[in-house]
Amino acid sequence: MATTTLGPATGVSRRSWVMDWLTTVDHKKIGVLYIVNSFLFFFAAGILALVIRSELAVPGMQFLDHDTFDQAFTMHGTIMLFLFIIPVLSGFANFIVPLQLGAPDMAFPRINALSFWLLPLGGLLIFSGYLFGGAAAEGWTSYVPLSNRSPGVGTDLWLIGLTLVGTASILGAVNFITTIFKMRAPGMTLFRMPIFVWTVLVTAVLILLATPVLTAGLIALFIDRNYGGSFFDPSVGGNPILWQHLFWFFGHPEVYIVILPAMGVVSEVLPAFSRKPLFGYKAFVFATIGIGLLSFSVWAHHMFTTGAIFLPYFAFMTALIGIPTGVKMFNWLGTLWRGKLTFSAAMLFALGFISMFLIGGINGVMVAIPPVDFHLHDTYFVVAHLHYVFFGGSVFAVFAATYYWFPKMFGRKLNEPLGKIHFWIHFIGFNLAFFPMHELGLLGMPRRIADYDPNAGWTLLNSLSTVGAFMIAVSIIPFLVNIIATFINGEPAGDNPWDGTTLEWATTSPPPPYNFDRLPPIHSERPLFYLAHGDDHNPDGSDLDAEQAGGAA
Amino acid sequence: MTTQAVPAVQAPAEQEANRQSGMPTVMVGMLLFIASEVMFFGGLFATYFNARAHAAPGTWGPPEGAHHLDLGLAIALTVILVSSSITMQFGIWAIRRGNTGKLKLWTALTLILGVAFLLGQLYDYSQLGFGISDGVFGTVFYTLTGFHGAHVFGGAVGLTIILARTMRGQFSARNHTAVEAVSIYWHFVDVVWIGVFSTIYLLR
Repeated sequence: MATTTLGPATGVSRRSWVMDWLTTVDHKKIGVLYIVNSFLFFFAAGILALVIRSELAVPGMQFLDHDTFDQAFTMHGTIMLFLFIIPVLSGFANFIVPLQLGAPDMAFPRINALSFWLLPLGGLLIFSGYLFGGAAAEGWTSYVPLSNRSPGVGTDLWLIGLTLVGTASILGAVNFITTIFKMRAPGMTLFRMPIFVWTVLVTAVLILLATPVLTAGLIALFIDRNYGGSFFDPSVGGNPILWQHLFWFFGHPEVYIVILPAMGVVSEVLPAFSRKPLFGYKAFVFATIGIGLLSFSVWAHHMFTTGAIFLPYFAFMTALIGIPTGVKMFNWLGTLWRGKLTFSAAMLFALGFISMFLIGGINGVMVAIPPVDFHLHDTYFVVAHLHYVFFGGSVFAVFAATYYWFPKMFGRKLNEPLGKIHFWIHFIGFNLAFFPMHELGLLGMPRRIADYDPNAGWTLLNSLSTVGAFMIAVSIIPFLVNIIATFINGEPAGDNPWDGTTLEWATTSPPPPYNFDRLPPIHSERPLFYLAHGDDHNPDGSDLDAEQAGGAA
Repeated sequence: MTTQAVPAVQAPAEQEANRQSGMPTVMVGMLLFIASEVMFFGGLFATYFNARAHAAPGTWGPPEGAHHLDLGLAIALTVILVSSSITMQFGIWAIRRGNTGKLKLWTALTLILGVAFLLGQLYDYSQLGFGISDGVFGTVFYTLTGFHGAHVFGGAVGLTIILARTMRGQFSARNHTAVEAVSIYWHFVDVVWIGVFSTIYLLR
């Protein structure tokens, strides 16, 4: 049954430029669409972040009312997580994974296009609440009993939009797993796959198994709100805690859904700019699988204070996740150790990821201890923690990926001095915005409040945080200038500007629609290194040999 | 790199050979999709057991004054749906031998049984006398059976497409992955019903 093709037609197309992008099933164009769409939502949610920080800069209600403020932080969290971080990493995976596998496209190109187009639809539905009397305002976790009683259609649109976005993720996950198992080039065994592909594989499994549970929860909440259901209404036998279970059964794997591909990006960038292979490839792979397995056993650590769960089990399992994560820290440090380091913009963002994610890991272990969490639950300490993981972790990796793979995507290198300016303003602004939140949390400032007492002693730290937030916004200016200037007059990149060793660097920049004219022999996870330098099995780096004739396992 | 120097297009051809080995790509995709569906129904079953665990002793069931669940009708529906899985499998065995006539027959029969199941379920809904808003039992009952019914409907749409494609002679002993994919989905929907039926009707 021919529902899949090897690749898009390579003949001359008579379609217009716009129709070409609207109807494309090429994984590279879909990847670019994902990334552009995600960055548009990033800017929208970023503006909301500035609105929130401006309101909180000093005590008193500045220019928002409480309801508008609630909508702002709800939309900020929802859009950043579901329409920026997850899809932007999917976008890079879409572009890069088939190239790194030596494949001509994804396994299901048309389903790939569907997964993408559901995203802007879902995102606009979520945002459209603003047009119909107010967007959802219950926080990105949308806890009941707030969310099953709130008036207005904002929350209903939020539920429908997220269901669509979740469906897009599930279809994407099916596509990635099938691609990785069925589309690898001859010689590309599982343990020769680039680390980024491994992290995308484990991420896709998490999406596949966790997201449907959220979908079930979203549907249950929709039924409660619109059809008189009572899943979460205790007055007729429902249970409000059930929502938290359904949400976090997805919500915690979701944390790894956004961090694992980011770790994969960093594990591609560090070796390239250290001139060394990744230290401990297999340890990294097994640590990734370990994090994936453990992620399904820790969801209730978000619910310590409900009193409805068994604390020692969830505290213990959560602490266990520190072990494979620590393994990865040593993978990265071992890669840097005695490497020949080049501090390019991509490398700076990767190093920023390691240091910021380390802080996010340490303050995460702190709130994983139930007695500490009872003190810090729902304070700004938690806000600091999640931003160090999501922003200091994933978003730094997104920028590392942008500087690293932009030359492959568009054939031109981004300007390095502008990239470094971007990094330093971004890095300092990030820490100025979010480090004071640790202290605010310890001082007892609750999250999601629009105003606070001038005598609470929180004013200076809040003002600093607001200055940091605006620094982050300023750092985006050199980034955008860089992108535009590079499209106008960027330095041509050539096929392999960073001397990379994985297969995406073996084809032209940008790659042709069918990706590869010819593949180099694949004897290891670094085929281009051995092509250039030879190895014991294949000293002259010559063409396909008997080993490859056997095909991929 | 210099890999562009040789303009051979052998790589995609080799890759095609690689993809042909093992399970067909479409089947891998369908099995993964079914895995996600298992988790979806897992979430819905979780709502059922959660509500049931929180109910006061002796109060679990349809609301006061409503008719009791029709066990006889549910057993009849179960027999219909399980039979449809068997007829589907006869269709698969037929097309594996290249017998498109038998495939047409068995697929049509499967489709009729599936539609009969849906009509029976609608009749059941009309007779029950309580609704989705009548307490938590009504909510979980209609959500579980309703989403299962929606999946039966989706499977019936798939069967209709298979039937149409069979009539156009698009399947053969070698080329019938779509039939295999729809059949495995149909079996999955059947297994979910056995779970729903045992949970709601038998687990008293």
